[in-house]
Amino acid sequence: MIKITKPGLLTSVQDLGRYGYQKYGVIASGVMDPIAHRIANLLVGNDEMEATLELTLLGPDMEFAEDTLISICGGNLSPSIDGKPVKCWRAVFVTAGSKLKFGGCKTGCRAYLAVAGGFDLPDVMDSKSTYIRAGIGGFNGKALQAEDQLRIGAPSTLSTNMMNMLSAEKNEKKFAEMHWTISSDFKTTSTAKPKVRVMKGRQYDWFTPESQTKLFTESFEVTSQSDRMGYRLKGPTLELKHEQEMLSEAVNFGTIQVPSEGNPIVLLADRQTTGGYPKIGQIATVDLSIMAQLKPGDKVQFTEVSHAVAQQLYLDRERNIQQLKQGISLKIRQQTK
Amino acid sequence: MEFTLQPLGDNSVIIELGDDISPDIQRKVKEVSSFFDEHAFDWVIEYVPGFSTVAVFYDPIKIKSTKLPYEHVCEELTSLLKHVKVKQDSEPRVVKIPVCYGGEFGPDLEEVAKHNGLSPQEVIDIHAGGEYLVYMIGFAPGFPYIGGMSEKIAAPRRKNPRLKIPAGSVGIAGKQTGVYPIETPGGWQLIGKTPRKLFLPNGATPSLLQAGDQIKFEPITVEEFQRWEENEND
Repeated sequence: MIKITKPGLLTSVQDLGRYGYQKYGVIASGVMDPIAHRIANLLVGNDEMEATLELTLLGPDMEFAEDTLISICGGNLSPSIDGKPVKCWRAVFVTAGSKLKFGGCKTGCRAYLAVAGGFDLPDVMDSKSTYIRAGIGGFNGKALQAEDQLRIGAPSTLSTNMMNMLSAEKNEKKFAEMHWTISSDFKTTSTAKPKVRVMKGRQYDWFTPESQTKLFTESFEVTSQSDRMGYRLKGPTLELKHEQEMLSEAVNFGTIQVPSEGNPIVLLADRQTTGGYPKIGQIATVDLSIMAQLKPGDKVQFTEVSHAVAQQLYLDRERNIQQLKQGISLKIRQQTK
Repeated sequence: MEFTLQPLGDNSVIIELGDDISPDIQRKVKEVSSFFDEHAFDWVIEYVPGFSTVAVFYDPIKIKSTKLPYEHVCEELTSLLKHVKVKQDSEPRVVKIPVCYGGEFGPDLEEVAKHNGLSPQEVIDIHAGGEYLVYMIGFAPGFPYIGGMSEKIAAPRRKNPRLKIPAGSVGIAGKQTGVYPIETPGGWQLIGKTPRKLFLPNGATPSLLQAGDQIKFEPITVEEFQRWEENEND
């Protein structure tokens, strides 16, 4: 059991999303940064689909009622256990009674807290993701509040082995960190000048040649009107060759659409299922994590990528994650022999 | 059935079945949707119908091919959809939607009237007098995109979308009219509000309306609205 003592800015239960119901207008939801989420799960021996807590800018305070194996991945929100700093991107064994707190946001915008065994919560339409606007999924359909108590599920054999190994090492500290972490290639949260690869959108040709050029040459700022649904960007105005109403159709995670006032909106995890604004671009899936870790005030540069290259990058990255998954279980098996 | 294919990112393809809002194209969209309801493919994650399109989201990892997943998906869809045909249409389901027009429920009613050189009452009469077809559900849970609205009351989307639109709001965007099932941001011109719930998260299907339904809007007073709302919440 984990008890929330302070909720933080926006802490919610999310998994990889609610798919299969978009035809009823039920949005996909799910984590903003799928890579950090998946790795957080893999590091504690979970299936990568398991739900995690998504923490935003200012993390929550919480107490552990039982010995728990956790990992925190994504943005660095300065986690500490009973006053001692805890490393991100690795498995951490936490003893019962410990208090986890977060300080300032050093890098990125969101962190993912995975617990071995996942959270014992019901699926709503096949997912544990919280859809706050509709009040469904996650913990009572809401962002976490003080006094909320989250039950933890049964850990896998792999998780149990990791816990036994680390609990033997913890000495007088209240927690023990795994000695190894993952390759920095997976840590997408700390680039000074983030570049995000974008494919041409379905209505790219509707825009003036100047606007097409500006999309890929100038930088855009994430405005304060940005949330899990989408980021409103500020930068050069993007204009259509002539006014044109389009028929609403499906949109995707990372679709860049442009309302008539000319400032682009990047659609993210809580995006609508369909949209009626022209789509100038589409962020390559491999770069969604970079985008989702930007916070208001950050600047981003879009660079063009072909659809074929974007798909190849997708396949390559999935292969790398599968290798990472095998690597982690192999390492644990060797260490626990 | 004739169609074109185009990617919507690196994990989705859009099947385009026309470029207009028409009952004929809606029937094609419905047939393609039914095809995916009746056939399971392990690479298909889900499909999302639009006015004249069906987007298919797929898992590139599940596609075993030496070609790029998109090329393989296009070949598959081309051969699969060749045989899909539009069937004879059956009687549509009729759903009544009570609407309290104008006032605080419809802050843009005057604007829509002015845009079209009509009085607010004329806008109400035209809106409530029409017969409507639900083309698709999208944008928000249970949100119906409805066709059949008279061009006499058409109005462009707001230049700057509102950050909060209350649940039940009835709006107009271009030649389309729709109802907001939950509080959400959006760019539609708001002309009224319904007390009926369109999003049913615990229902067998989470949406009151479905593509292909016929809708009838019925004007109600503020008092009737309040009575409806009390009954809905019982």
